Amino acid sequence: MSARSITIIHSTHRLTRVSWAALLLLVMSQVLTAEPAHAKADYRTVSVADPYLELRTGPGIGYPKFYVVDRGESVDILKRRTDWFLVRAENGKEGWVSQEQLQRTLQPDGQEIEFAAASQADFTDARWEAGILAGDFGGANIISLYGSFSLNPHVSIEAWGSQILGNFSNGWMGSINVVHETWPDWRISPFFTLGTGVIHTEPKSTIVQGEDRTDQVAHVGAGLRIYATRRFILRAEYKSYVVFTSRDDNEEVEEWKVGFAFFF
Amino acid sequence: MESRFRLLFLVLAVFALGLSGCAATKNLFGRGNNSAPPPTAEAPGQVIDPEVERREIKEPKIDTENFEIGAFVGIMSVEDFESNIVYGVRLAYHVTEGFFVEGTFGQTDAGLTSFERLSGGAPILSDSDRTFTFYNLNLGYNILPGEVFFGEGRAYNTNLYLIGGLGSTRFAGDDRFTVNFGVGYRFLLTDSIALHLDFRDHLFDIDLLGEDKTVHNLEGNLGVTVFF
Repeated sequence: MSARSITIIHSTHRLTRVSWAALLLLVMSQVLTAEPAHAKADYRTVSVADPYLELRTGPGIGYPKFYVVDRGESVDILKRRTDWFLVRAENGKEGWVSQEQLQRTLQPDGQEIEFAAASQADFTDARWEAGILAGDFGGANIISLYGSFSLNPHVSIEAWGSQILGNFSNGWMGSINVVHETWPDWRISPFFTLGTGVIHTEPKSTIVQGEDRTDQVAHVGAGLRIYATRRFILRAEYKSYVVFTSRDDNEEVEEWKVGFAFFF
Repeated sequence: MESRFRLLFLVLAVFALGLSGCAATKNLFGRGNNSAPPPTAEAPGQVIDPEVERREIKEPKIDTENFEIGAFVGIMSVEDFESNIVYGVRLAYHVTEGFFVEGTFGQTDAGLTSFERLSGGAPILSDSDRTFTFYNLNLGYNILPGEVFFGEGRAYNTNLYLIGGLGSTRFAGDDRFTVNFGVGYRFLLTDSIALHLDFRDHLFDIDLLGEDKTVHNLEGNLGVTVFF
């Protein structure tokens, strides 16, 4: 009997391993085919206006400077990673330059180069937002993902998907809600929310009695959106849920969550 | 333990699988002088043929590579249930040169407990319940950037990073709230392709073997990622 079960495990193993290998091949082939296209692309060229431009071996302040491009010489900007730019000097040397330094270079027509950087104004005006929060849902752990669309700076609509992981039951919840921000231009912006959704609960396999349930929920809540930096928002919120059960009494659940979000 | 877990993840950051902020740079680049020539005192009727060559407006965008995607394979020890091959995928978004957010999804198989092996009795779990799948959302920090040298002419960038985060593990028929943390080493073969060596610990509470306990599931893996 045990011999048979081992064979089954082995066969599933092999199947999934093959699919992973296929995925890896796919990724690698994409890299290989992407390379020549890259070489042909034309790059943005800027000329050095400061006394010099320092090239580092990697995209970070920890990497050493290994080359200096003098004033008047030009460099091609090859790619960007976070706030670092890979540039190629006229003699072919490639290195990483910080955005701060590259900001002080000139385009061929003499204009200063500009890099779009998200600011607090975008925090107020951006239309889309997405984030992940985690916290406590009536004594259980909850992990949530949400996406938001702003109708105007004050009102937005959100869609949420959550996984609930408790001691006695697990489940998921999907909901939509309307959010109102009274002072959207504040760095710490309070909001109020109202919404509805569906919750699915399944008791843990070690619990003998109990069955899967799907119920409707409604919630009210309040919270804070805090502009952190760049495209980042910190978010903390409290929601009070009413679960419309098929039993005699409705259930009330309190939820506390904190997390991160991006706007774009 | 439960409350300690909760405290841990409340303090720990949670993170978005990023949605890119692209560098939409302003394109004032490459525009030629297209102002009309000054009026001349030429005889009316003569058609002025302006010899202004309009430069083609090329607006090359800077290629932003803040995402990192890849796959990994390694060994994972499921506490009480032997060690087995683990494989999975990861996606990371680099926010600054130090911080990144990362999502991982992986799978391994749990073996037999020592008790099942020695007693030869009925297995505790069915085969399907022995599949161990997990996802985690982590915050990472590149703590030690560096370089390694091969011979005289070759240098590669490296990074030692720490990660921590939370997620869910499906094992023995239930989803379990999981905290994971670990350390990794990123070795950049080129500016866009990296090799990873990672060690992580996945902690969750389980009451499968009678009492409620916190288990440590150690994972070591090798991976390949591509920046895009």
